[in-house]
Parts: sequence; structure tokens; C-alpha cells
Amino acid sequence: MNPTQVPNSFTELNLADEKIKIEVNDLKLYYGESQALKTVNMHIPEKRVTAFIGPSGCGKSTLLRCFNRMNDLVDSCRIEGQIIMDGQNIYDRSVDVAELRRQVGMVFQKPNPFPKTIYENVAYGLRLQGVKDRRILDEVVETSLKGAALWNEVKDRLHDNAFGLSGGQQQRLVIARAIAIEPDVLLLDEPASALDPISTLKIEELICELKDRYTIVIVTHNMQQAARVSDYTAFMYMGNLVEFDATNKMFTNPSQQQTEDYITGRFG
Amino acid sequence: MRAWFKSGTPWIWLNGGAIALCLVMVIGVLGLILVQGASHFWPSDLQQVSVKQADGTERKVLAELVRSEDVAASTLRESGVELPGDAKHYVRHLLKMGNRDVYGRDFAWFLDHEMSSWEIPTQAIVLERREWGNFYGFAVKLSENDQVIAEGDVDVWAKLPERIARANDIHAQIKQLEKTDISRINNGMEDLRLGLRKLQLNNASAAEIAAFEAQAAQERAALDADYAQIQQKLDDLNHQAARDTLVVRTADGKELSVSLSNIVHAHQPNAMSTSQKVGFYVNAIWDFLSEEPREANTEGGIFPAIFGTITMVILMAIIVTPFGVLAAIYLREYAKQGPVLKIIRISVYNLAGVPSIVYGVFGLGFFVYVVGGNIDQLFYAEKLPTPTFGTPGLFWASLTLALLTLPVVIVSTEEGLSRIPSTIRMGSLALGATKSETLWKVVVPLATPAMMTGLILSIARAAGEVAPLMLVGVVKLAPTLPIDGNFPYVHLDQKIMHLGFHVFDVGFQSPNVEASRPLLYATALVLVLLIIVLNMAAIHLRNKLREKYRSESD
Repeated sequence: MNPTQVPNSFTELNLADEKIKIEVNDLKLYYGESQALKTVNMHIPEKRVTAFIGPSGCGKSTLLRCFNRMNDLVDSCRIEGQIIMDGQNIYDRSVDVAELRRQVGMVFQKPNPFPKTIYENVAYGLRLQGVKDRRILDEVVETSLKGAALWNEVKDRLHDNAFGLSGGQQQRLVIARAIAIEPDVLLLDEPASALDPISTLKIEELICELKDRYTIVIVTHNMQQAARVSDYTAFMYMGNLVEFDATNKMFTNPSQQQTEDYITGRFG
Repeated sequence: MRAWFKSGTPWIWLNGGAIALCLVMVIGVLGLILVQGASHFWPSDLQQVSVKQADGTERKVLAELVRSEDVAASTLRESGVELPGDAKHYVRHLLKMGNRDVYGRDFAWFLDHEMSSWEIPTQAIVLERREWGNFYGFAVKLSENDQVIAEGDVDVWAKLPERIARANDIHAQIKQLEKTDISRINNGMEDLRLGLRKLQLNNASAAEIAAFEAQAAQERAALDADYAQIQQKLDDLNHQAARDTLVVRTADGKELSVSLSNIVHAHQPNAMSTSQKVGFYVNAIWDFLSEEPREANTEGGIFPAIFGTITMVILMAIIVTPFGVLAAIYLREYAKQGPVLKIIRISVYNLAGVPSIVYGVFGLGFFVYVVGGNIDQLFYAEKLPTPTFGTPGLFWASLTLALLTLPVVIVSTEEGLSRIPSTIRMGSLALGATKSETLWKVVVPLATPAMMTGLILSIARAAGEVAPLMLVGVVKLAPTLPIDGNFPYVHLDQKIMHLGFHVFDVGFQSPNVEASRPLLYATALVLVLLIIVLNMAAIHLRNKLREKYRSESD
């Protein structure tokens, strides 16, 4: 990996200087008998892009899904430890999961727009919250689509079915849908893996634009992508967090041999 | 040979053969009922023929030739027919002679060798009558108030159609009066009687009853006055209808007079051109579809049966859809998956295999007698002992069919729900939707095409069902439609006619087998067409929904 390809290399980032948004303490996760996450501890900084990399099955997506409690949907899933967001343990009994998910938006690997119009897709989250005022809805739909860099492409067909969009457009629509309800955190689970290179580039540009306003956590298989878009990178392997540091340090001078081996393509 | 088997070609032939066989069977069934049913309405020629009778005299017969067949001589001899010569086979013809009031029967077989001088007389007329079936013969004279106004075939025929139209018009007016005004007055009288009975049942005080009776007496007087007026009108109309009389002569010379009020239609088939016949044909089919049956369902139309079938099926769809969909959503989305659920699911699936007559028995025993009986006790006590809902009727028929088709709707809705990609549910949940919000806003709309598929299957099944309906509300003859202009407009307690049962009734319970045979096919044809139309409508709706919710995963 050539360090000059890394756009973040000129700013020196240090985790100790950052404000922490999410704090993971001794998190263990089991699917039935098998343990998917083995005592993970990490601090995710606010308004930065944090990338999770690692080979398939290492637990990075599982960890990501812990942040908005998507793992609750899996019957056999059991969790120990804490995830503290803004001083509140999100696994506390008193936490309203729907409210948490409004704070922590998520975008999935495959674009999953609803079978509704483009407009209704973006307005969905607001309608759930009971917003009925047409003016507010119009405004939010427009700003969200602009925020997701999709407005110019769809402004003339807001009331067409969302399935008519291309894959890349659908994925940006899903991002617009997620930011329409103004979450604090945006979780991206391999958002570009099902897209062509041009769409991927657009999504990456979008991530860079969004990081001023949201704390972004992205899971990716593509190491160049992690290097291009993220400020911090976590390398996971077999359910363990191997190394977590500023991205340019990870890619130029990792402290763990395993990380270096993976990044340079010696295994994985 | 081995290589040929290995190549898979025999499989393709086998598959193609199976398809061909299916097609042949389907086309055969449809073709048979189409030909048999549709040809009945064509005005066939009237044949006049001399028949030698047992005593050696000749007798003239005017009739439609229905069909001819070869009979073995031995069969004829065994049944006591004396045959000349020693041929092995004799030809015999089935003639529709009509004139049931004169001959006592309207179909008869004649042996070909006893028949001579076949001719097609141009002036022969067919009278379609409200009683006694068709008349075949010749017009003699037409009289108005016993004054002869036309004599001879040509003269009479010139004046007849117009006068029959007038008589039919009067007949329609009489029917209309009976249906609306008379039934309104009857209902009013009945309401007064029931009101009094209700007061008595509720142990009302003597003063209240007296007050009600005073009020009722007034209303009754008003109704009576109304009735007298309408009766006057009816008498008038009846008198007018009886004005014209047609004297006709049968082929063998008997004369009889027919009141024009008794004639539905008259035509001269032998004098008709092809285009006139086509016009007649279209009219006859329309009459069949739009009129009430006559003469124990052997004549007239089947409109009440069509109407009853459609009403019942629609009502069934309205009942079964919410139940089936809700049950399926619970089973698939909320119930805890486990052995208990498995047993429930297997039971539901197996319900689809229970013979339909069992549902009929259940409907009669539980819905009609238990539920209906209790409804009567609670809400219609004043009408007892005449049952209202405690007797078979439209609502119970629909409910029984809904129960019968419930498994179909449940199974296909469940299938539809399980096919919704989980990513879409996740997308909704990730936006802070609760499970029920996700279900109702995203998942259920996506599953509507599957629900429609279930509904299509259930409609097809329900419309074709006969056995349970005989027990829970379908009858041989119910000319009053379940939907009319009298409050409450939809009469759920009314008995209905049904095409499937009509087929059964015309086919097996008819007093006049030969006359009803073509109607049997025609009714079956209408039933098949009706099911096709209902299905097409539902399929069209489903495709529209599918287009609306088209997703890439499909």
C-alpha cells in the first residue's frame, strides 16, 4: 500500500484527542453456543468515520449491528458487556429500542428501498414519528435527498416507484432515508459492495461530506475504501479487536503483525 | 436406443404428451358444454310429418327434430313394438312436439319407417308461453274483446308481434306493482303485527299496548287504502291484459285459444332469414341470462341464480379475507415457532382437504341452528316461531364457504409473507419503526399479491361448490333477489339460488328431462364463464398490485 494514496495522511489524528461517541466495554456476543465476539473494547470518536475491516466472519458486521441492537432480531443471540452511547448503556432495560434506532441510522449491504415512491421512502421515518405537515415533509425530503447527493437526479420523479432507480441511486436513496430522521450515528454495512465503481465513488464522496455532521461507522471488505474514507480503522479477526487506531497509522505503520499481514494481503 | 433414452428426448415427449392430454380434456369439456348449451337457443325449423299410428290411421305432427339414433331391432321388439321386415337396426327420431296441454307430453320418439311426407310449412308458429311450455301450430284468428280482428296466417301474423309486445308490457307492470308496492304494503302490515308482538313479549303495560294499537290501526287503515288503490290498478291491468286472444290450430287440427297475456314470445322459425335467426338467437340468450325461471326451472332464464352466486361469492370474499389474512399474519409473524404452531399449521392445511359436505353439515348444525337460533331468540323474538336467521340463508351459505376456503387464504398469505425479503423489514426497523409499524406499512402491502392469489383460489373453489350449499341456504327456486329496494337492501337471511345447484337441480330433479337437458348445458356454461370472469377480475387486480409493488427480488 502506497501511503500517498491515503488522503488523510496529511492530518495527524490521535484517538486521545477525540470526543468519544460510543464506548464498547467488554462486549461478548454469542449465537447460541458459539461466541461471535470475544471481549471487545473500543472507543468510537464523534463526527469521524470509523472503518471496520477484517476477513469474512470476523465479527465486524455483528459488532456494527450491536450499535443499533439489530442483533435483537436474532432469537439465539445473547450479549454480555456494555455499549455506552452519550453516557447511556444502550443495552439497559429502560432503553426504547425504536428510539435508539432513530438515533442510530443504518444502511445495509444491498439497497433495500421500500416498495413505495421515492418521496415516501424518504418521508417514511418522519411519518413514523407522526409528522403529517406537507410543508415539513417536502422540506425534509428535499434536504435529505440533497444531503445524499441524489436530488438532482430524482427531483423530477419524486413520485415514481423507488425500484425504478439504479442500484447506486437506490443506495443513496437509502442513505437519504436514514439521514431524514437526523440520527447522531450512521452505520454503514458494506454500503458499496453491491455497486459498480462509479456508484461506489459517489457513495465514498458522500461519506466524506456527511462526516461533518454524523458519527459514521462503516464496515468494508475493500481496504482501499477504508483507507480513502475513514479517519480511524479497526481491524478485527476471529471475534477479537486486533488493532484500532488512526487510519494512516494503521495502513503505514501498524503495531500488530497480524494487521500488517492482512493489510498487505498476506492472508485473509 | 440406449443413447436415445440417455439424451432425455423421451422425457420431453412424455411431458409434451401429458400437456396435450390435459389440453384435450379441458377443450373437450368446454367444447361439449359450449356446443350443447349454446345451440339450444338457435331457432330450428319446424317439421311437419305424417306418422302412421298403431291402428293404421295417419296423424300429422308439427315438431322440432331434436336428434335421431339407431336402435337395435331386438331392443324395440322387447319393448313390444311390432316391426316389419328383419333389419337389424331401425332409425328413430326424437321430436319436440310442444303443446303439453294438448298431448300431455312434449317429447316423443317416432320410428323413421312410420313417418312420411316431411315438410317445412312456412306459416308454422312457435308460441313461447308462460304456462304449458311451447306451442307449435298455426295461427287461425286474433280477437280483441271477442271481436275477431284478423283471420288467416298472414293477417294474424301482421298484427300479432305488436300486440304481444303490449301484453308483455302490461305483464311487466303487474310484476313491478307486485314486487314493489304490494311487497311494501305486506312489509308494513308485518311490521305492525311484529311491533305489537314485541310489546307483548316485553310485558308492556296495557296503556302502551292500547296506544300502539291505536297508532297501528291508523297506519293499517292507510295501508289498506293504499292496497285498495293498487288492487284497483292491478285489476285494471289484468283486465287489459286479457283483452286479446289468439286462436291457434295444432297440426292435427285441434283448435284452442290462448290469451296474449300468457304469451312471452312468438316467432315463425321457418319463415325467418338467417340474419333474423341470428337476432333471435342473441335475444334468446339475453332472455336466458336476464329472466326468471319458469315451469319448475325447465324454461325461462337463470338470472336469480347468477345474481345469487355472485352475491354469495362476494360476501364470502368479504368475510374470508380479513380472517384469513389476520390468522396468517399471526401464525407467521407473532406466534412462537415451535411444535404447537406446527400442529396448528398442519391442522389448518388439512382443513383444506375436508370434504365440503362436512362443512355443510357443520354450517347447518352450528351456524344455522345454534348461532342463528340464538340470534332469533335475542333479536327476532317477535317473529318466532317463524325463524329469521335460524334457517338456511345467504349469510350462512357465505359463512360456510368462507370457512371452507379459509385454509387457502391462510396458506397463500403465509407463503407471501415468508417471501418478503428480510432486508426490507430490517430497513424499516432500522428507521425506528416498531414491529407492528413495519408489518402494516411495509410487509403487508408487499404481500397483497399473495393474498389476492389466495382469494382467487378461494373464489374459484367457492363459486363451484354445491354440496354444502344445499344444506345452508341454496334452494331450487327463489325468484326474490337478496338485494332489493326495501330496507335494509341486503337481505342476509334470504334463501338464494345458485348456478351450481341449479345445474344439479335441472340435471337430476327435473320433471321434464328432455326439456331441461339443453338448459343444463347452458347453465353449466354460464357457471364456467362466471368463474372465469370472477377469476380474471381478481387476477387483473393482483397483477396491478404486483406491478405497484414490483421489487427486484421477484
